[in-house]
Amino acid sequence: MARAVTPRRKALNTFAAWLIGLIIFFPILWIFVLSFKTEGNAILPPLDVLRAPWTFESYGIVQDRSDYFKHFGNSVILAFGSTLLGLIIAVPAAWAMAFVPGKRTKDILMWMLSTKMLPAVGVLYPIYLMFIKLGLLDSRIGLVIVLMLINLPIIVWMLYTYFREIPGEILEAARMDGATLREEILYVLTPMALPGMASTVLLNVILAWNEAFWTLNLTAAKAAPLTAFIASYSSPEGLFYAKLSAASVMAIAPILIMGWFSQKQLVRGLTFGAVK
Amino acid sequence: MSFKNALRAATALTLITAGGAYAETITIATVNNGDMIRMQGYTDDFTAKTGHEVEWVTLEENVLRQRVTTDISTKGGQFDIMTIGMYETPIWGANGWLVPLDDLSAEYDAADILPAMAGGLSYEGTLYAAPFYGESSMVMYRTDLMEKAGMGMPEAPTWSFIREAAAAMTDRDNDINGICLRGKAGWGEGGAFITAMSNSFGARWFDMDWKAQFDTKPWHDTLTFFKGMMDESGPAGYATNGFNENLSLFQQGKCGMWIDATVAASFVTNPDESTVADSVGFALAPDNGLGKRSNWLWAWALAIPAGTAKEDAAKQFIEWATSKDYIELVAANEGWANVPPGARTSLYENPNYKDIPFAKMTLKSILSADPLHPTVDPVPYVGIQFAAIPEFAGIATEVSQEFSAAYAGQQTVEEALAKAQALTTDAMEAAGY
Repeated sequence: MARAVTPRRKALNTFAAWLIGLIIFFPILWIFVLSFKTEGNAILPPLDVLRAPWTFESYGIVQDRSDYFKHFGNSVILAFGSTLLGLIIAVPAAWAMAFVPGKRTKDILMWMLSTKMLPAVGVLYPIYLMFIKLGLLDSRIGLVIVLMLINLPIIVWMLYTYFREIPGEILEAARMDGATLREEILYVLTPMALPGMASTVLLNVILAWNEAFWTLNLTAAKAAPLTAFIASYSSPEGLFYAKLSAASVMAIAPILIMGWFSQKQLVRGLTFGAVK
Repeated sequence: MSFKNALRAATALTLITAGGAYAETITIATVNNGDMIRMQGYTDDFTAKTGHEVEWVTLEENVLRQRVTTDISTKGGQFDIMTIGMYETPIWGANGWLVPLDDLSAEYDAADILPAMAGGLSYEGTLYAAPFYGESSMVMYRTDLMEKAGMGMPEAPTWSFIREAAAAMTDRDNDINGICLRGKAGWGEGGAFITAMSNSFGARWFDMDWKAQFDTKPWHDTLTFFKGMMDESGPAGYATNGFNENLSLFQQGKCGMWIDATVAASFVTNPDESTVADSVGFALAPDNGLGKRSNWLWAWALAIPAGTAKEDAAKQFIEWATSKDYIELVAANEGWANVPPGARTSLYENPNYKDIPFAKMTLKSILSADPLHPTVDPVPYVGIQFAAIPEFAGIATEVSQEFSAAYAGQQTVEEALAKAQALTTDAMEAAGY
């Protein structure tokens, strides 16, 4: 039975939700504000910053100095490429773990997740040396593979969770009707798990888009994505808040817009199976 | 195909391949400082003169250090030129990781590089990196506040004068701090400042046997003086302030004095950014009467990693970027105040440059710094605000964290020095010193 909620409690909850939301969103809002100020005005006390004139000056400087579209293109390729490659590997893996579990399936899942607990810098040198030997430094394909590998445990875990919600009998029925394994996964399993797969894709695109450690360390000029674009605007000597903010807004805008339009799908996917 | 057409095609092919072999694309890793960004804007001039294209990788200072160190130590070959400083150059030169710059052209006039810069960027007398711009540190002060306090800044002040002036200029009601200094943890931030300051108090990092010296009186005096003065006259939360935080405070008129990099002079006197641009004076970094001042010496320099396939093009770029002609080019387009300072002697002999308000004090500061003899007592290392050994960056970062904790009141000066002594001793023993 649903619990009765008084109007006062509802108003309090709404207020608290808005307050928490604003606190979480405030850094992004402030970046947005600073990006429309001059460097001299961006360092003023907060109220003076708001009163200072608004200008596109920083966007103009960033646009002149950097090739935004080259970095944007690399980000798109890395984020979507690594997610697609991850799906190709993770869907069969998650299928096997969900529908044909073995004695060690749980252990394998935990082991996969444990790789996320290793500090990335611990394996920087081995991976850097491998990249030198394979000629993959500053290449998009090399980064697609690395980003796919670091996000693979999350993709497998998410898909495994969604697949477990799908009754095995439906797949059995498909097999009895003569479906091959490929047809079973493609035409029966995938359509049913589509909301979950969509949220997996969205989440991993966001994670790959924002990944900064590997994308900064394994790229130079050719494969550098938007994380490198942002990093180039932090200065040890001199004012940089306004330009850094403009570069940050330009870097996060595409993913923010994508997240805004797909938020229903994202939430539905993330809470899929959470309430029965 | 007729003979003539065949000949034309062969000639065209030869020209194309010859041109392709000559024109290279070099990749340069650099730091996001004003002078470096300005240089990127003039890349077309280099391309027009040599035919070589340039790809820039601009990174934040700490990211740049990590990135180029990883690349050069693994022979990754990602960069044809790296922007490095005085700390890395002698170490990497000794390791054979850099191409010696001992065959630069006569036109380049390597003898014109300021001796202090050339010394700090060499190993065993061979230059391994060409300075793009150099800096020391000096006192920048508000002439109006100094006058209001009834005091006059000498050209070469002592620490006791600075402390007295800071107290006199402090006006808490109007949010004016007498002095702003770096307290932020990090070997290149607060660590650099306190090390340079300690030299003037007679302290040193190591004795001639590489034994840590934080248990000595000069270090205790340095830290006690710094903390006492900053608690009296410094801004709130100074333990987390670095260069940019203090720059921002000074530009907003909230500091009576600021002792920091000479390169800051152009920022604080720029009326577009600074509210106090027309009332800034300059003086040498303070001393304590022991024969050493508290100014440091640093250069951002261009070096070629050994093994690059584009060594010739890289050398051409370095000759172009650190030449007298480049300085003339910037001066002609953007004025003498915007040329890269602190690298060449001839710049300070140029009558046009002598008119810049901070030029004289910048040169005096650079000339008064001696990285080969940085301390009152002898030391086995080179470097003023650092010791040019590979272990220093890691140790100094930890030591500066302990010092910052003392500034913030989380521990006493004595506790911070005891911890610094213990961790430095352990690290040096582990490294085999």
